[in-house]
Parts: sequence; structure tokens; C-alpha cells
Amino acid sequence: MPDSRALRAQFDDLGQQREAAALGMWVLLATEVLFFGALFTGYTVYRLAFHDAFVAGSGHLNVVLGTANTAVLITSSLTMALADVASRSGSRRAVIGFLAATAVLGSAFLAIKGLEYAQEYREGLVPLNSLVFSYSGPDAERVQMFFNFYFAMTGWHSLHLLIGIGLLIVFIVLAWRGRDRVRLEGNVRAGALYWHFVDIVWLFLFPVLYLVR
Amino acid sequence: MNAGPDYLHEGHSLRSWLLSTDHKRVAWLYLLSVTAFFFVGGTAAALMRLELVTPAGDLLAADTYNEMFSLHGIVMVWFFLIPAVPAVLGNFLLPLMIGARDLAFPRLNLLSWYIFAVGGLFTVITIVAGGVDTGWTFYTPYSSMFSNSNVVLAIVGVFVTGFSSILTGLNFIVSVHKLRAPGMRWFRLPLFVWSLYATSLILVLATPVLAMTLMLVALERLFGIGVFDPALGGDPLLFQHLFWFYSHPAVYVMILPGMGVVSEIIPCFARREIFGYSVMAYSLLAIAMIGFLVWGHHMFVSGQSVYAGMVFGLLSFLVAVPSAIKVFNWVATLYRGSISFETPMLYALGFIGLFSMGGLTGLVLASMAVDVHVHDTYFVVAHFHYIMVGGMVMAFIGGIHFWWPKISGRLYPEFLGRLSAILIFFGFNLTFFPQYIMGYLGMPRRYHEYPPEFQIYHLLSSAGAATLAVGYLFPLCYLAWSMFRGPLAGANPWHATGLEWQTGSPPPAHNFATTPQVTRQPYAYDPTRSREDRA
Repeated sequence: MPDSRALRAQFDDLGQQREAAALGMWVLLATEVLFFGALFTGYTVYRLAFHDAFVAGSGHLNVVLGTANTAVLITSSLTMALADVASRSGSRRAVIGFLAATAVLGSAFLAIKGLEYAQEYREGLVPLNSLVFSYSGPDAERVQMFFNFYFAMTGWHSLHLLIGIGLLIVFIVLAWRGRDRVRLEGNVRAGALYWHFVDIVWLFLFPVLYLVR
Repeated sequence: MNAGPDYLHEGHSLRSWLLSTDHKRVAWLYLLSVTAFFFVGGTAAALMRLELVTPAGDLLAADTYNEMFSLHGIVMVWFFLIPAVPAVLGNFLLPLMIGARDLAFPRLNLLSWYIFAVGGLFTVITIVAGGVDTGWTFYTPYSSMFSNSNVVLAIVGVFVTGFSSILTGLNFIVSVHKLRAPGMRWFRLPLFVWSLYATSLILVLATPVLAMTLMLVALERLFGIGVFDPALGGDPLLFQHLFWFYSHPAVYVMILPGMGVVSEIIPCFARREIFGYSVMAYSLLAIAMIGFLVWGHHMFVSGQSVYAGMVFGLLSFLVAVPSAIKVFNWVATLYRGSISFETPMLYALGFIGLFSMGGLTGLVLASMAVDVHVHDTYFVVAHFHYIMVGGMVMAFIGGIHFWWPKISGRLYPEFLGRLSAILIFFGFNLTFFPQYIMGYLGMPRRYHEYPPEFQIYHLLSSAGAATLAVGYLFPLCYLAWSMFRGPLAGANPWHATGLEWQTGSPPPAHNFATTPQVTRQPYAYDPTRSREDRA
């Protein structure tokens, strides 16, 4: 029986095991929603209080790079979805290929994000302890508050993406070493749920930080 | 039907305990660690009570006293009360009660304990490094800008431990959904399982908000990303809202599982089916859900809008409805029961009285006008200790006694058990009842010295604390003795009906020789027959 290795002792059959794994990931995502929810709540409160300063701060973000990043991340969700499909019906090589493509796109996102951070650093907009936050317009303190949130939110999101890329690399290695199909399929499905979630968070972050006026 | 050796004899090496994914062994890891933390937090409380024997600040300096109550709060909340019943009794019993071989994710369960241990390690380091003085609430801007103590270390400890709570909650939710034995319908689940389910929802949905909030405080201290910095327009009220959005539901994490334990003990020792089973289950869920909407009652005097305060006050009254339903139903279960007073029953009955007292004074505090008078006084301290110590700790120790024969396979000495239950009940009331009075008279909390007219109350309270300490040491000693020398218990010494009693004591590694088939409600007790007739 090829299945006996994949089935864990606490489950009766693979269907039950698969459902449990999926439900577990959904519950984890519910937790994640509230993680980000706290940040979005704080951001909303201050945005309502200091509207003009937040709009001014938002005007200093690089919309072109932000848009490019949005495109990169949406594309990575496509390749992740294709990896999920391939894990059920396609060849092992296709799974590895799509997972690798997703990881590359995710890394590209982080690279572009790094470019943006570097640009903001040069403009003196990074509000870290040792750095001078130099903003010359009115309401400099409130604008700094915007950048506090910008860095906290995008930083926390990037950390999630980094974890996602780590997961993908683990899956690629597992697939390469010939992990049985049942378990690989479960891994990729859970990974895909997580990846899409991180993608969706960005789809909220992008308009909220870059676009809304 | 030989199910192999019981879980205690599956292996004897240290490795077989530290790396075991068996939920029963992980429960032991939690039991030992939360007990250790209970005595750490208890020591801090004992030092405070010693200091307060005299009105002058003579034993502890003001700063040290601040560190003691912060340490007491942080350790007792996150390292004892929150994990105590769910991670110890819940871990041990949930799979047994639903007829499963283990939790849905056993390795994740073990990982939860390691995460808990790392969080605990940070807390111990905090203590060794000189403590933290912000109180367990970490209010900004004091915690973010002014405190010179080890705030970041303490926050890291709480933050890390939060993940262990989240993963335990996740594991329980998935297990209840997916691993119930054939015939175990939702409304055949024991109420303890319902209470763990409600608790898990809170853990999964509230803990991340706390983690994020504390992380923002740490970011401000470490990197100057000052989201709560008043100089940048940061709002301390935002911190309080976010903090209590977690911490009020967390209060229900610290009582719901206790209610579940009591709902198991009372039917067994009254030999009656629980009164209003489905209402009991719904009221657990109702408390968990309404609990998310009442956090503003911690902030009546913070400058929050009066209208918000009114809404929060009304919603807080609403929580009293399902809570009162539970109390009435426990009492109704006792009515015409065939009651006996073994140790677990003493704890359960104590729970009902003390929880009622704590709950009713909660209504006093939820009334805005009265709260302005008693806010930040010992009245509040007494109120939440009646819920958390009078309620949850009583339920925890009662539950430990009730399931001790299952956990260890042995009996504890009944006389000593009853003696310490009574000692704890009296010690508890002596400690905390005077605090209601002095709080109402105006004694503020968190001071290491006080006007001499309060001394009599403080003296009574400290005497009670000493009694309580003796009461807590008793079970520690005789349970340790019983673990190795106690008489063998047999599978079902209480003649209880739950699935966990249908397997051996201690249970075999995979819990059941064959998967049980469930055909009836969980509390099929009959008061007209003596206990021994029923098997």
C-alpha cells in the first residue's frame, strides 16, 4: 500500500487527514487576519485623525515600484495555483517548476521592496532610532507616524513572504527527493493557501498605503 | 483486547518524555511547567502580602514592589491561568473524551510546549535580569518610553508564548471538528469539550491582536518606530483598546475551561444528568462571543467617550446572562441528586459560590458610575481574583483530583484532599473578602504602603494568603506521593460516564483498544441507583 506511509495514526483515512490539514491552515489564516487586523485598525484610526499628513506621506511612496510589485505578486499566485493543480494531476517536474517560479517571483517582490526601502532611506524617510527622519513639509511628526505604519505593515508582510519562500524551498527539496504524492499534495495545498493569503494582504496594503487619497 | 502498555510505561527515558507526541505525555510536560510557574507567581504574591502586613514600606522598596506585582501578573496570566486547564487537562482529556487516538496534529502539540518553554525561558531571564515594572498590562507610554526595566524581554516572553496558545487552540478546533468517534455528534460532546472549543476560538482570534500590539511596543523601544509615541500624535488609548481587545476575551480563557471542568464533576457526584445540556453548551459559546465586545469596560476612566462607555457597560451586563444560566443549571443539577462530597465535588461547589461572588461584583464594576468610585482599587483586585483564583484555580485543582485516577492510575488520599479543599476555600475568602471592603473604602491597588486605617484588612488578607499557601502545598505533596505509592484506581473509580472512563487507567498509548461507538448523551447518570451498581 503506497498510502500507509502517508496516513498518520490519529486518522482513519486519507480523506479525513486531508480535511484536517486544510481546516488547520484555515484556522491559522483566521489568526493571521487578526494579526494584520490590529495593524490595519491602528492605521485607520490615525489616518482618520491625521488625514492630510497621511496623504502627504503616501505621496512620497513610489507608486510605479508598488504597482510593479503588485503585478509580480499576483503572477506568483498564478504559478502557485498551477503548482497546486500540478501536484494533483501533473508531473513531479511540473510541480517543482511552478514552485520554483513562485519562489523566484516572491524573491523578486522582496528585491523590489528592498529598492523602495533604499530609496526612502536616501530621502531620509526611514524613522529608525539611529537615523534622522528629515521631512521638510508641514506636520512632520504626523508624516513620521505614517512612515512608522508603512514600515511596520510592509515589514510584517515581507516577513510573511520570507517565511512563504522558505516553505516553498522546503517543498521543492521534498519533491526533488521523491516524497510520495499524497503528502506532497497536502503540503502544496497548505502552502498555496498561505501564499494566497499573503498575496491578498498585499492587495489591501497596496491601495491603503499607496493609492487612497 | 490487549491495547499494549499504558502511556506511562511506553518508555522510561527522558527522551521518551521530551520528544513524545502523545497528547497525554505533552499534558504532563505542561502540568510540570505550569505548576512550577504557579509557585513562582505565588512567591511574588507572598512577598507582596508580607510587605503589606505593615502600613510602612519596610520589606520591599517601591520599585521592587512594582516588579513583584508585574511578575505576579505576567506569570499567573500567561504562564499559569491561560495554559493551566486547556493545555494540561484539555490536552490529556480532549482526545479521550471525543474517542480519538490523539489530537489532529500531535507534533504541533509538542511544538506548542516547546514554544511555551522558550517563552517561559524569556520570562525567567526577565526575572533574573532584574524584572519589569509596568504591570502585566504594559500600558503605554510608560512601557514604551519611560520604564527603565526589562520591558522588551518580558514582551518577547509573552509574544512567544502567545504562539503556543494559538497553536493549542488550532489543534483543539481541528480535533473537535474532524476526530470525533462514530456517533459522537456535536450535542453529545461533554461540556468540557464544548468549553475547550469556545476557549480555542478566543485563543485563535484574540491572541494575535495582543501579539501585534506588544510587538509594536517592542518596535518602539528597540527601533524607535513609535506607533504609540505621543510626540508623533500617538494615542495611548489605541494601545489600551488593542490590549483589552485581547485581554478581556483572555479573561474568559481563564474561566470557560473551569466551567467545563465543573460541568463534568457536578453530574458525577450528584448522580444526575446535567440540567439543560444544550443551553449549557450554547451559553459557553455566548460567553466567548459576547466577551469580544466588552473590552471598553476596562477603560471607563481613561477618557474614552461616555457613550462608548454606556454601550460597553450594557454589553458587559449581557455576559452575566449566560453566566447566570450556568450557575442556575449547576444548582438545578444538584436538585434531587444523590450528592456525595468527595474532594473534586468540594472544589466544584466552592467554584459555584466563589464564581457567583466574582461575577456579581463584576456587574458592580460594569456600572460606569460605580466604577468611577472603585476603579483601580482593591475592589477590582478582589473581583478578578474571585473569578480567577476562586473560579479557575479551584476548577483546575478540582479537575486534577477528579481525573487524577485516570492520569496516574492511582488514588489520592481522600481525607487530605478534603482537608486541603476546605483549607483553600477558607484561606481564599480570608485573603480576598477583606480586599472588597478596603477597596470600597478607597484603598488603591499597586501601592506598597498605605494609611494605617487599612491595616486590619491587609493583615486579614495576608493571614488568608498564608493559609492558602499551605492549602496549595498539600496537594503538591500528596499527589506526588500518590503518583508512585497511591493505591491502584482501576478504570473508573467514580463510576463516571464519560468516554475517558471507558478505557484503562492510565490509558494505553493510543487511548482505546477499539474505536468507541457513541450511542448516548454524555451524562447518563441515575440518582436512584447507588454508584457501585452502575458500571
